[in-house]
Amino acid sequence: MSNIKVEEKLAVNKYDIDKEVHIRIRDEWCQDCEAQPCVTICPADCFKWTEDHITFSFEGCLECGSCRIVCDRESIDWALPRGGFGICYQYG
Amino acid sequence: MGQRFDAIVIGAGPAGSMCGYTLAKEGLETLIVERGKFPGAKNMWGGAYYGPFLHELFSDFWDEAPVERYILRRKFSLLTKGSSLSMEFSTQKFREPPYNSFSVLRAKFDRWLAGKAEQAGAILATGLQADDLLWDGTKVSGIKAGGDEIPANVVVACDGVNSLMAEKAGLRQNLSPEHLKLGVKEIIQLPRETIEQRFFLSGEEGMAWESLGSFTQDIPGGGFIYTNKESLSIGVVVQLSTLAEKKVKANDLLEEFKKHPGIAPYLKDGKLVEYSAHLIPSAGKTMMPALYGDGILVAGDAAGLVLVTGLALEGANFATVSGVAAAETVIAAKKRGDFSARSLVSYQHRLDKNFILKDLEMFKKAPHFLENPRLYNAYPQIACEMAAKIFTSEGKPKEKMVTLLKQAAKDRVSFLQIIKDLWQIKGAL
Repeated sequence: MSNIKVEEKLAVNKYDIDKEVHIRIRDEWCQDCEAQPCVTICPADCFKWTEDHITFSFEGCLECGSCRIVCDRESIDWALPRGGFGICYQYG
Repeated sequence: MGQRFDAIVIGAGPAGSMCGYTLAKEGLETLIVERGKFPGAKNMWGGAYYGPFLHELFSDFWDEAPVERYILRRKFSLLTKGSSLSMEFSTQKFREPPYNSFSVLRAKFDRWLAGKAEQAGAILATGLQADDLLWDGTKVSGIKAGGDEIPANVVVACDGVNSLMAEKAGLRQNLSPEHLKLGVKEIIQLPRETIEQRFFLSGEEGMAWESLGSFTQDIPGGGFIYTNKESLSIGVVVQLSTLAEKKVKANDLLEEFKKHPGIAPYLKDGKLVEYSAHLIPSAGKTMMPALYGDGILVAGDAAGLVLVTGLALEGANFATVSGVAAAETVIAAKKRGDFSARSLVSYQHRLDKNFILKDLEMFKKAPHFLENPRLYNAYPQIACEMAAKIFTSEGKPKEKMVTLLKQAAKDRVSFLQIIKDLWQIKGAL
């Protein structure tokens, strides 16, 4: 049995996706970050290192706040989606 | 909203809704703001809600509340690669009202709790995010939300583990990854009969099952399964700092847990219907913020009020109790007409008096003890190896327990270390 990928899991969730991005990355501060804890820690795999910069895809965010806490460079300008938007758990 | 409220409660989780309920019942003008589309939309857990305290507030609540199953069977397992050693407890007492605990799904249950606050007269505004606090000098005097300024005599921050409001009020320092656990969870749908057959349940009976062992790869934490009516809640809860240090993904640990031969048969042919994640404050008193300031109180996860006693993390029950205590404080403050920190200090006294702060004090060494990596690898291995020897017939004379322990512990942990760890248990648990 192979591991179910996070993106397949996120696909079953219900979201009300906002047009506005709620988390912004100051990726010039990430250039020499070797630890990249955000990439490891995000349970929704929202952070990806592509070529020379980090990208954040906010659509699948589960709003847990882990990225903000593990980033020791304060590169993450963390906020919650506007009221009514984002993840909408049906079970929880 | 030009109205001035007696109290604004931020967040309609167990703390916020029960705070709002208690305030409104006493006739205070109360507004509860909830950023989710409905209460519970942002909440998840792997847990059981304790019956007795809620029964005091809402007699026989299980008859009307959307509870899933009452927990009759408690199971605990040590898992190593290929082996599992389990212990199960059940007593007829757990069948009797007010019931020990219930499995619940937060998206349904939190909505019901918030409904109780509304019925008592609180105004519930959903889909509304509290963006900032209003200040009158050094006193909190309301909130900014959705472009409006809403004044109030007091604000109760029940906005969960990430509590931006406690931070903005200067009551809390930045959270540290050492003080938090990350929970990831799936809801797996299965027919009711299948669940009942697999878990030996009937009717409304349910099981709560905690595991620890090799699947967390030495990372402090464990796995859980809770039976719902027609689904299972399965997840892992692991130390945030260690995940980052070891570059391990929480979802990979969950997959490892699900694949374990002692777990997989219970999930077979189930359908994934939700994947969720949440942080849990798990450092007890170490991480507790200031619980009150001028015009503001903090309750529930926002106040770090989660009891860690071993595998169990008790948060929602503490949230409920602290929400009520915050409300009682506000009610007394209103009678005095004084919402300053000097007046709100009685919140601390209330929590001191009920079991919350006593429990946290009693178990204050537990979070540190649970960081011991031997709990997640060496000891489960030793236990499973001993069990394997006890239950295997090899056509040779059997060994005594002490000899088995010596053999199993060899190369894993020294005897001195075992004694030291046992001594720590005495202090911590």
